[in-house]
Order: sequence, then C-alpha cells, then structure tokens
Amino acid sequence: MDHEAIHTDANDASNVTNPEHAQHHIVTPLQYCYVFATLLIGTAITVFAAYLDLHWANPVIALAIACFKAVIVILFFMHAAYQSRLIKMTIGAGFFVFLVLIAMTMTDYISRSWGLW
Amino acid sequence: MDSAIATSHPHTHETAVHAEHEHASLPQHRHHFETEEQQREAGSFGMWLFLLTEIMFFGGMFFAYLLYRNWYYPAFAVASNQLKVPLGAANTAILITSGFFMALGVWAAEMRKRKTLVIMLVLTTVFGLAFLTVKYFEYKEKYEMHHIPGADFSVAQFVNPAAYHLDEKPLAPDMAQKTEIFFFLYFAMTGMHALHMIIGIVLLFWLTHRAWRGDFSSGYVAPIENFGLYWHFVDIVWLFLFPLLYLINRHPLH
Repeated sequence: MDHEAIHTDANDASNVTNPEHAQHHIVTPLQYCYVFATLLIGTAITVFAAYLDLHWANPVIALAIACFKAVIVILFFMHAAYQSRLIKMTIGAGFFVFLVLIAMTMTDYISRSWGLW
Repeated sequence: MDSAIATSHPHTHETAVHAEHEHASLPQHRHHFETEEQQREAGSFGMWLFLLTEIMFFGGMFFAYLLYRNWYYPAFAVASNQLKVPLGAANTAILITSGFFMALGVWAAEMRKRKTLVIMLVLTTVFGLAFLTVKYFEYKEKYEMHHIPGADFSVAQFVNPAAYHLDEKPLAPDMAQKTEIFFFLYFAMTGMHALHMIIGIVLLFWLTHRAWRGDFSSGYVAPIENFGLYWHFVDIVWLFLFPLLYLINRHPLH
C-alpha cells in the first residue's frame, strides 16, 4: 500500500499524457470495515456526549466529531487519499472557496449592528 | 494537439502506441481519451466539481440555520428538543451502513465480481429506503404535533409546555413564533437531503439493473464509482445535519 501511495504521488513530467501517473488504487474491504467501525464509534460518542451537559463544549464536540467523520468518508470511502493531485487540489480548492464565502458572509453579518450579534 | 505532442515528445510510450488504439470503443476508454486512466480521472474531476456546487448549496442552508439559531436561540433550543435523538442516531447508523455497502460495491466492481456488486447495490438501496422510512415517521409525528410550518403550525406546546407534559420553560409568544423558523429550516434541510436520497435510490435501481446485466464487471467502473461519490456526499450532509438539528441544542446556555 505504501508503495502504491508513493507511486500515485509521483509526478512524471516526461509522461505527457498522464504526468500524474494516477495509478488506480483499490481500497480493500478490510480498510472499509475499519472506516465503517470508526464512523459508528464516532456516532456513538457524539450521541453520548449530547446527553452530558458540557456547556459551550457541547456544540464544539458535536461539530468536531462530525468534521472528523466527514474527513474520513472523503479520504477513504470517496478515495480522495488515493487520487491524483488534480483531484486533491480540486477538492481542497472547493472547500477553500466555501470557507471564503462563509468568512465574507460572517464579516458582513458581524459588522452590521455592531455588538448586537 | 495530439500530433503536436507526438512530434515534440516522440519517446512517450502512450503517444507512440497511439495509432494502435485510436479506434478503441470500450466504455471505459472512449476514443477521445488517450488512456483509460485519463478518462477515469476526467470523470472523477467532473463529479467532484458537481459535488462542490452541492456543498455550496447545502452550505447556504447550514449557514442560515446557524445565524437564525444565534438570533432566536431559546426558540431553536426548545424546538430542536422536540426531535427524537434515538431516531436521528438510528438513521445516522443506517446511512453509514448504506455508505459502507456502497463502498464495498465499488470494490466489487473493481474486482469484476458481478453478483457481489449487485448484492452490495441492493443492500445500499435497502438501507437507503430504511432511512427514508424512519424519516417518514419523524415527519408524520411533526404533522400530528402541528409542527409543520404553514397554516396548521401551532406554538401551543412552546407557549404552554406544562399542558403538554413537556419539561421545557415556556417561551414568550413572540419568541415562540420563531420556532416556526426552526421547523422551516429543519424541513428545508432534511427535505433537500431526503430528495437527494430519493434521486440516489432511483439511480440505484437503474445501476443495479445494469450491474445485473454485467455492464460494470468488465473494467467499466466509472458509473459505480461516481455514483458512490454522490452517495457518500449525501452521507456527509447527514453527518452534519444530525448534530446541528438534533444534538447541539440539548443543553441551552442561559
């Protein structure tokens, strides 16, 4: 698997048609089982944590676990970890633009009626 | 373009043998792609671009939810507590299981195992339908409680919770009205999510039929793989909907 990952990352500029050498990587059922178990455990933890009164930490924990689960799904179920740089950059750029939109909307929101958030 | 590349880089293997597979017409290698990998990457690229537009679409609703929650916090906390955490948690597990079988389906297609692929697609569909069934009962309960925004919406439970055996503090009438905004966003977000599930299940029927026919067990994995991306995306949306709508308002800060 390590060998494959290295190979996938190798950029071979002399290979005109396929410079990324994006060899197709097949994720094994065992790996999917690990991901599946992690997601179920994450769900159990987030539900359990919701019943505890942790004040401000409740939403933080819930969203942190949700982000962790989403990243795992993207990396392994959606094979992002094994894709070419083009695809990885595309995914990264998309999330970056999304954050920019959120940040700019927040800036607008916060700067109106200052103090009355 | 092709000939320009061929003349400037005559050593490249792919261009050197280009003439030999010029008329290749395998579904996984249409003639306008140099290699199967190139076609596959182009497909994944397009699918990801589509999913990124979907992230923007759902992201807008998530953002509206967070801002309104900030404005009408007491109303959102009480309204959110009317959702049943066990049902939401069960649905999360169901959807994760559906995604797990979808992932195994992609593996089966890669391995050219026709029957395994069909079984995995059917299991994906079954768990997808189970999710929608649970959602149906959740919506039905909201209908009976008059918690669907519109003419039938009632704030009675929120103005006078004791009369309905609810362990909540009563809201002032003007704040109680804002629970309708919570339920509007709840139905908009889970409804759009459910619509994506329904579209996915329709596609699953079609893909299962084609998988049974053997379309995806001779190296042509792209439709299964790209549908998998879509299905996992729908999964991810729910992974955020569940904590935001059901969990984070359980212990409101006063």
